[in-house]
Amino acid sequence: MKCDVCTNEATVFLTQIINGQMTTVNLCETCSKAKGVTDEMGFGLAEAFLGAGNTTNVQRNDVLTCPSCGFTSAQLKKIGRMGCPHCYDTFQEGLDQLLSSMHKGTRHLGKIPTRAIADSRRNASMEELKHALQSAIDEERYEEAARIKIEMQALQTPAPQAESQGA
Amino acid sequence: MMRFSTLIKNPADWMRGSGPHSEIVMTSRVRLARNLRDYPFPGFSQEQQRVDLLANVRSVVEALPEMKDGFSDEYVNLSKIRKQVLVERHLISREHAARSTGCGVVVDRKQSISIMINEEDHFRIQGIRAGLNLRSAFALVDQVDTELEQELAYAFSSRFGYLTACPTNLGTGMRASVMLHLPALVLTDQISQVVKAVGKIGLAVRGLYGEGTEALGNLFQISNQHTLGEKESEIIAQIEKVIEGVVRSENMARAKLKEDSPTHLRDQIGRAYAILRHAHILSSKEALNLLSLLRLGADLDIVPDCDRGLLDMLLLEIQPAHLQLQAERELTPDERDIMRAEITRLRLQSIAPPVNVSHSESPPPTGGSFQETNDE
Repeated sequence: MKCDVCTNEATVFLTQIINGQMTTVNLCETCSKAKGVTDEMGFGLAEAFLGAGNTTNVQRNDVLTCPSCGFTSAQLKKIGRMGCPHCYDTFQEGLDQLLSSMHKGTRHLGKIPTRAIADSRRNASMEELKHALQSAIDEERYEEAARIKIEMQALQTPAPQAESQGA
Repeated sequence: MMRFSTLIKNPADWMRGSGPHSEIVMTSRVRLARNLRDYPFPGFSQEQQRVDLLANVRSVVEALPEMKDGFSDEYVNLSKIRKQVLVERHLISREHAARSTGCGVVVDRKQSISIMINEEDHFRIQGIRAGLNLRSAFALVDQVDTELEQELAYAFSSRFGYLTACPTNLGTGMRASVMLHLPALVLTDQISQVVKAVGKIGLAVRGLYGEGTEALGNLFQISNQHTLGEKESEIIAQIEKVIEGVVRSENMARAKLKEDSPTHLRDQIGRAYAILRHAHILSSKEALNLLSLLRLGADLDIVPDCDRGLLDMLLLEIQPAHLQLQAERELTPDERDIMRAEITRLRLQSIAPPVNVSHSESPPPTGGSFQETNDE
């Protein structure tokens, strides 16, 4: 059998199930090394050859896809790792069960980064202001819209000492 | 910033210093896994995204006060041998060394802190201390982490903590590990019991260079596996408690060896010294195992006034990549064994031979046949 990449004799045969479809790739020694088939991290090997975009007719209902990075539940199952931080929201279902088998608990009790918390609060109020701005414009309350805009700008410039603001 | 050669020329801070139980506990290391909110994890990102991330964060990491005058480079500029040297120094992981484009590392002057960029997570921040000192190693990385967090948007959820590529690191993202030298537990065949007991409490036991590596030179690493559902301080306190227990067992085994078979012990240490001082071919495995015995001899005052720092440094110098770095070329395994023996002979010149113990009241007359040691 010939290598899928060059024309040498294939010695490495790779079979993977991607999104419920079996994919087989045949490679020669050189190409398998060049493509990192020995990569111990073992991420999407077939994708490396077939292109990540090779997802023809996979939009089946049981495959969940992360809207942020495109990682799928099938990949998660195969690799055991997440695609991006937002995957923890996308693949929330069944996560607690998985985590309780790995850890002492399923809730974080350790260090909390102050800035990440401040950011998420700021983002939440930003969302509120955006909504308020939209309705003000829709209802032609332009003076109020201008006021909201100023408020949004103030929120965007990080305050040096934001600690004193009550929760 | 510091050049690679300058970094490597000097022994790391932990090799020079000593800490609690440093006759048995070689090092305490703590690493934190951290990620940025708006990038996919390195294992699922495009090469360009990793390149962009590295370009965006490298100067931020280099600007940390702890990293002043440290070493920093991208992996595309580092040869395979240089990366392997960093692995042997415990400054980067084997997995990270296998990568290239978009990856980099920043190491502080004292080789106490290293920050890997685009490992399995965007950041792996590691602190290393001599002896049993996990709290102090944690304090190092905690400080760096707090400073980084002021500049970067971390991926954090109040429910799951620090979000990591692998759910096994979720929460604190912290792995605390201790490297132990346990020759007496190995010699008295008690090590497998200890490993089993430690495993039962949910801690992992590994060899010298981490997962899947052999416990060469009687060196073992013990680390936590759980990262979620506990505070950092609780995880560290638990490991320290377990390590105190292992140290006690090792000390008991050492006392037992000294008590039950002193001649046998002296014989083993004397032979180790003799081979290390005179061999011309030394495999890595043989050298590590003999150096372990020499270190045991030093701990038990059988090898007097032995410089431990010298032994620690030698242990690194004879690793394959360190040898090749010094030779400035790739070496075959045979060539490495010859060079390893040469360096070992040279370095050990300054170490006095083990105490010579005679088992009789007066030394045997020349050509005499004293029968003291034939107790079998």
